Amino acid sequence: MSLLKVEGLSKFYDGETKVLKDVDFEVEAGEFLSVIGPSGAGKSTLLRCINRLVEINEGKVIFNGLDVGAMKKKELRQLRTNIGMIFQHYNLVPRLTVIENVLHGRFGYKSTIQGVLGRFTEQEKEQAFYLLEKLGISEHAYKRCDQLSGGQQQRVGICRALIQEPKLILCDEPIASLDPNSSKVIMDYLKSISTEMGITCIVNLHQVEVAKEYASRIIGLKKGEIVFDGPSKLLYGEQIENIYGIESRELITV
Amino acid sequence: MDAKQMRKNKWQTTIFLILIILITYLSSFITNFNLIESIATIPAAFSWIFSNLLITEESLQKLPQILEKLGETIFMSIAATTLAAVVSLFLAIMGSKTTKVNQTFSVIARFIASFSRNIPVVAWSLILLISFGQNSVTGFLALFVATVGFLTRAFIESVDEANQSSVEALTATGATYFHMISKAVIPQSLPQMLSWILFMIETNIRSATLVGILTGTGIGYMFDLYYKNMNYNLVALITFTIIIAVIAIELVSNKIRRVIL
Ligand SMILES: Nc1ncnc2c1ncn2[C@@H]1O[C@H](COP(=O)(O)OP(=O)(O)OP(=O)(O)O)[C@@H](O)[C@H]1O
Ligand SMILES: [Mg+2]
Repeated sequence: MSLLKVEGLSKFYDGETKVLKDVDFEVEAGEFLSVIGPSGAGKSTLLRCINRLVEINEGKVIFNGLDVGAMKKKELRQLRTNIGMIFQHYNLVPRLTVIENVLHGRFGYKSTIQGVLGRFTEQEKEQAFYLLEKLGISEHAYKRCDQLSGGQQQRVGICRALIQEPKLILCDEPIASLDPNSSKVIMDYLKSISTEMGITCIVNLHQVEVAKEYASRIIGLKKGEIVFDGPSKLLYGEQIENIYGIESRELITV
Repeated sequence: MDAKQMRKNKWQTTIFLILIILITYLSSFITNFNLIESIATIPAAFSWIFSNLLITEESLQKLPQILEKLGETIFMSIAATTLAAVVSLFLAIMGSKTTKVNQTFSVIARFIASFSRNIPVVAWSLILLISFGQNSVTGFLALFVATVGFLTRAFIESVDEANQSSVEALTATGATYFHMISKAVIPQSLPQMLSWILFMIETNIRSATLVGILTGTGIGYMFDLYYKNMNYNLVALITFTIIIAVIAIELVSNKIRRVIL
């Protein structure tokens, strides 16, 4: 059984324009999948339907055999603990320390009282430090997040997702605000998460080249429709033009 | 911008200036306001101030009583502001688009805020005077209501601009609503909120004087009393102590701001 199955998914924010149109795909456990497409194609919306940060209008999202669209509040919380998310702008709480932000990833497992009082077990704290160590930012553990560089903040974001012990990680343009060096560091970490820890990754990307380099499979989205779905080595010239439109070819390949 | 456009802009400015001058003339004609005459009275007004508003040794004997009333006024402002801050925090979280529970509550919260904000504090005291009479409760309530309006609006903005992204992230981890509020929204917005509260305390100490004149309480009442008795030396002393108090509070709150922000 596949980890994630999307069937006939459609989404509209207002009554008229469909942001996603009848999207179908399946993701096996352990896959490293990239979603590419021009701005406004619906990549972010697609990811947000998977953990239901936005409501699903038509069709189904099946995660681990469970229908995401039909979930009640409690089941939805449980679903979200199983799905980590990484954002373009890191979405940390800037005034709090690195370690506090990482521990936020445990809230899904806590009752309201435990969370509000900030009761974390020794084991959870050790795990948080272990992850910071692994991502090479343990010396910043007690710094406020707004004192970190973009690349370092994104690594905090990754730690926050990993401490959830997720089965799937959704990444919404994780490197779009980073310079080439930090981008490479982040992409390498994401890749190793998938290969070493066996966590499935779905990564939205702007850069076709990066997607081809890291992902084993690519989905091309255009105006809310899937126009390409296959191994990344089968994506070249013609299909790229098809996804982005002919005019933008020069922009993409240089 | 080409030459034609520039010429057009110049014309617009000229017409605008002429309009303003016309309106000024018209309104001073309607209200019988004479600019020249009123400027001419300024020297006389100043000489009156310097000859009458003097702090004398005799008036200094009243200082303890004045300070007591001043203290009363300051504490009333602080109490009204802090209580209003608690209510505003609640309303702001209800009203903010990032943390609202549902649309209805949000609309209600925003309505309460704009309703109480758009009626000035003096009008509130006059309205409340009718039902509560001339006592300190009226003054307290007037400050409280106006402050709730202002702070709710300010807090909504702090919550909105600072937290959208982290609220989204925490929702995605499976955090509950109260986790989000207590561990992301409040820690992030608190310094800015405290800064607004300090600002409101300063403002309310000034307004409390005015409100006191209307409701017959605090330093405002004393001011009014001696003013009507034409004891201008005491009026001068009271004014002086108010100014000192306001400056002192401002200095203190600037210091606090520097530490928290
Ligand atoms: N909350 C929202 N309310 C209304 N419309 C929205 C909302 N979010 C996105 N949209 C619209 O949905 C469409 C798809 O947006 P989405 O953010 O999913 O695209 P994207 O592929 O992620 O684009 P980008 O590469 O710019 O991030 C856009 O036309 C956008 O205007
Ligand atoms: Mg996007």
